[in-house]
Amino acid sequence: MNPFSYARASDVADAIRQIAADPAARFVAGGTNLIDLMKYDVEHPARLIDISQLPLKSIEETPEGGLLIGAMVPNSDLAYHPLIEQRYPLLASAILAGASQQLRNMASTGGNLLQRTRCFYFYDVVTPCNKRKPGSGCSAISGVNRINAILGTSDACIATHPSDMCVALAALDARVHVAGPGGARTVAFPDFHRLPGATPERDTNLESDEIITGIEIPAKGFNANYSYLKIRDRLSYAFALVSVAAALELEGDTIKEARLALGGVAHKPWRDPAAEAAMRGQHAGESAFTKAADLLLQGAQGYGHNNFKIGLARRAIVRTLSQAARGMPQSQSVKKIR
Amino acid sequence: MASYIGTATSRVDGRAKVTGEAKYAGEFNLPGLVYGQVVGSTIAKGRISLVDTSEAMRVRGVIDILTHQHRPEMADSDDAYKDDTAPEKGSPYRPLYDDRILFCGQPVAVVLAEDWETARFAASLVRVEYQREAHVTDLHAQRGEAFAVEKPEKPRGNAEKAFAAADVRHEAEYFIPTEHHNPMELFGSTAMWEDDKLTVYDKTQGVQNVQRYLCGVFDLKPDAVRVLSPYMGGGFGAALRPQYQVVLAVLAARAVQRPVRVVLTREQMYALGYRPATIERLALGARSGGTLDAIMHEAIAVTSQFEEFSRNDTGWADLLYTSPNTKFVHKLARLDVPTSSDMRAPGAATGVYALECAMDELAIALKIDPVQLRLQCYSDRDQNTGLPYSSKQLRECYGQGSAAFGWEKRNPEPRSMRDDHELVGWGMATGVWEALQMPAAVRIVLTANGHAEVATAASDIGTGTYTIMAQVAADMLGLPIDNISVKLGDSSLPQSPLEGGSWIAASVCNAIATTAHAVRKELLRLAKRMKDSPLAGAAADDVTLADGKIVSTKDPGQAASIASVMQHGKVERIEREESNTFTEDKLHARNAHSAVFAEVKVDEELGVIRVTRVVNAVAAGRILNLKTARSQIMGSVVWGIGMALHEETLYDHHFGRVMNANIAEYHVPVNADVHDIEVIFVDEPDETINPLGIKGLGEIGIVGVAAAIANAVYHATGKRVRDLPITLDKVIQFE
Repeated sequence: MNPFSYARASDVADAIRQIAADPAARFVAGGTNLIDLMKYDVEHPARLIDISQLPLKSIEETPEGGLLIGAMVPNSDLAYHPLIEQRYPLLASAILAGASQQLRNMASTGGNLLQRTRCFYFYDVVTPCNKRKPGSGCSAISGVNRINAILGTSDACIATHPSDMCVALAALDARVHVAGPGGARTVAFPDFHRLPGATPERDTNLESDEIITGIEIPAKGFNANYSYLKIRDRLSYAFALVSVAAALELEGDTIKEARLALGGVAHKPWRDPAAEAAMRGQHAGESAFTKAADLLLQGAQGYGHNNFKIGLARRAIVRTLSQAARGMPQSQSVKKIR
Repeated sequence: MASYIGTATSRVDGRAKVTGEAKYAGEFNLPGLVYGQVVGSTIAKGRISLVDTSEAMRVRGVIDILTHQHRPEMADSDDAYKDDTAPEKGSPYRPLYDDRILFCGQPVAVVLAEDWETARFAASLVRVEYQREAHVTDLHAQRGEAFAVEKPEKPRGNAEKAFAAADVRHEAEYFIPTEHHNPMELFGSTAMWEDDKLTVYDKTQGVQNVQRYLCGVFDLKPDAVRVLSPYMGGGFGAALRPQYQVVLAVLAARAVQRPVRVVLTREQMYALGYRPATIERLALGARSGGTLDAIMHEAIAVTSQFEEFSRNDTGWADLLYTSPNTKFVHKLARLDVPTSSDMRAPGAATGVYALECAMDELAIALKIDPVQLRLQCYSDRDQNTGLPYSSKQLRECYGQGSAAFGWEKRNPEPRSMRDDHELVGWGMATGVWEALQMPAAVRIVLTANGHAEVATAASDIGTGTYTIMAQVAADMLGLPIDNISVKLGDSSLPQSPLEGGSWIAASVCNAIATTAHAVRKELLRLAKRMKDSPLAGAAADDVTLADGKIVSTKDPGQAASIASVMQHGKVERIEREESNTFTEDKLHARNAHSAVFAEVKVDEELGVIRVTRVVNAVAAGRILNLKTARSQIMGSVVWGIGMALHEETLYDHHFGRVMNANIAEYHVPVNADVHDIEVIFVDEPDETINPLGIKGLGEIGIVGVAAAIANAVYHATGKRVRDLPITLDKVIQFE
């Protein structure tokens, strides 16, 4: 860990001014990932700008019937907020599937989007990693890659995005509110995280002088038929091998609308409108779910240790959609899979 | 007065631990303390061609940087580096000794600075260049090169022939990956020279072992070195051998003439010892009725290129099962890694895992209940030596364990039991470990105010040694437990063995008994000198200490208070130091046993495994403290769950590096993975093994647990997974 200076931002404008003035600075909110990365010598910010006190801690209803969640709302406050629990239980469930209570107490909503991959080679500064050191090569492709991606990979990188919350946000059609020197803008969730391509060092389309101010989720919460299922190598406190966010709007047994997103399989939450469209108008049952799974997993490719993820994901998708259809969402405290 | 032995007494050091009063090796803040940060090698094999410390030295607050080219003198013979548990064969690793790289993460420099943060930053600026050489870290790639080592279990009969002729045969290979200990407390040492005297606070399971070791490495006289380790946050065998940070702290303290603390990072602890990856080959030949004719067990385990560490993986069958023909082979494969080491139940956790899975597979082939097969093959003697056991209540373990578990309701057919989406499996296994005792001495100082101090050099690694010693001393001296203070973890205290092998309880508690006897004799001598002494005619064996009094066992009315005896005798204190009456018992086999029963529920589609119940019925002689004993067995069972389902040190063999060197990615069980654990202590009086009938509980609790779970997973799913950990992708072939 390198020496660094520390400053606190008084408001969003001040935060943007400070970050624009110092390219070697980084924002810190909960610090649950950045501080680890500094300890591992992966990140070397010369200056930390503490944004944890910014007035972005409210959860407000939007005129369109949705919610605007402040970027500094702690993950645990968000998960247990009555409006989230009632209207967006998929989001609450996904948050509670991640990390530990202690980490969720510290982690911010905005920071959750900016978590970096858990790829072993990204954390080990001795080994080549294109994400950490562009052009050095990807060690994971022929290395220990049980936890790595099967979708949207490139020759340069097979890292996954580690967030659970983002998988639910992707399924819920969230928009990311961003502010920068040029003003504010919103980014649709699928456009926020990137695929690695030839530039895996860039996780997102957020500019280096921009800050996330909030997450907007539209009115539709799918609170009757949803589930978040996370499959991992122990029953809690581990990153997903595969996770599935499923949300259905049903008319009787017929699917009116479907949302489906995967975690643990790609450089971003993995969603495909075609897979969702294929379920529309279908009977909510195994045949439609299997077809959706096949569509969503089209092009999936294993790298050795993680080959099993393809078949696991297929079964997990079907199971999660079935949980949603049955109105029996996966509990995050009772680990028996429903 | 209540007897303390056998009760559920709370930890006497519990308050000190939760209040932070208990200090650990890395917490002694000496004036002028210097902080050392280790720089580890990034390659697995080769030579250091350059260590460039110039940039790091420019950081303000850096005092010095030690390397193999820049350090105080240290010994140059292998003997100087051999500690009590060093493998017999080989050259122990010498930190910062020369330019040779023997394993990845090996220390190549120590940065010394005014504060820890500075040391840590500067360490990242030390630039090291290497001449790389080809390395090998994969056991499977090296198994062809494995060589056999001598082990005590000799072959009996002709196992190959008997196996070939057997009615029913089972032959299979099992695999246990490398596992690391991961004690909560990081390895750390604080060293201070005062004139020519050295004081070291170290995380170690043996302060006197470290003392002797440092005397060798730095050519010192024993009275010039004092090593202290009053508390430990877990050892599990990792702290049996002196670790390299203690040498670095002492070297550095000598170099900078100030006290130095060196604490390893979690990542660096993956470059210490480990449970070696082991391939276990079992071949069992049986008669159709369910008796064994042949047992063959071969193990191939990892060791380093420079030492031959091996434990007894094979041969456990000789303790458990009768068979006229047996053959045991232990092999080692050399890899470019640190030397493997003891880790809870070394040899047994791995070897018995394979044996007990093989027995399960044999029971299935024979269509016999797994418990029944074990009872049919039950041995009342150590088959290898022919000796009877001092005690062996394993039959009772099977009986009480299966009753508590409800084993008789088991449908033997795999995939026959289910709960909703989950397949339910019930599996069982046997556990066995040694019940050893080592020479140990205890000093008791009884003062006239009715307080006693009980001291020995042993470490309490967190298991409750302070507490059981206080209990035994309180009973032996007839004092309330609050009047007993126990001193441990100081090399200047009476001689004690290493805290390992499950032998500390038996060793030190029997030494308390002999020392208390000497105190009692002295009290009786003084009592007899009292005017009209009620004990005038009593012999030493006719008195006991109880309720603060010395009492005639023949006539409890005849008694004198300890306080009055000492007052009359005009003595303020009675001090005695005695050893246990340890003698090698050549007439009996001495072992602890267990029967483990496990229930798993496996999601039929997704392969997710939950261990919903474990019953561990243990026969281990006298149980000194029901509370700490239960805790110890529960902890072992949790570790067994980890061994079965989670634990694996992942190497990238191309780089020769551990890739999951942290406890986020090296998985151990978390609360969600642990459900009901029932611990049963089977009554096992044993007057033969030692005067107090103690066998020890450190290891027995983990032995058999992974096998019981693996057998349960088979019963649930019909899928036999032989290589650990049993992850969901091994249970289900995902298409």
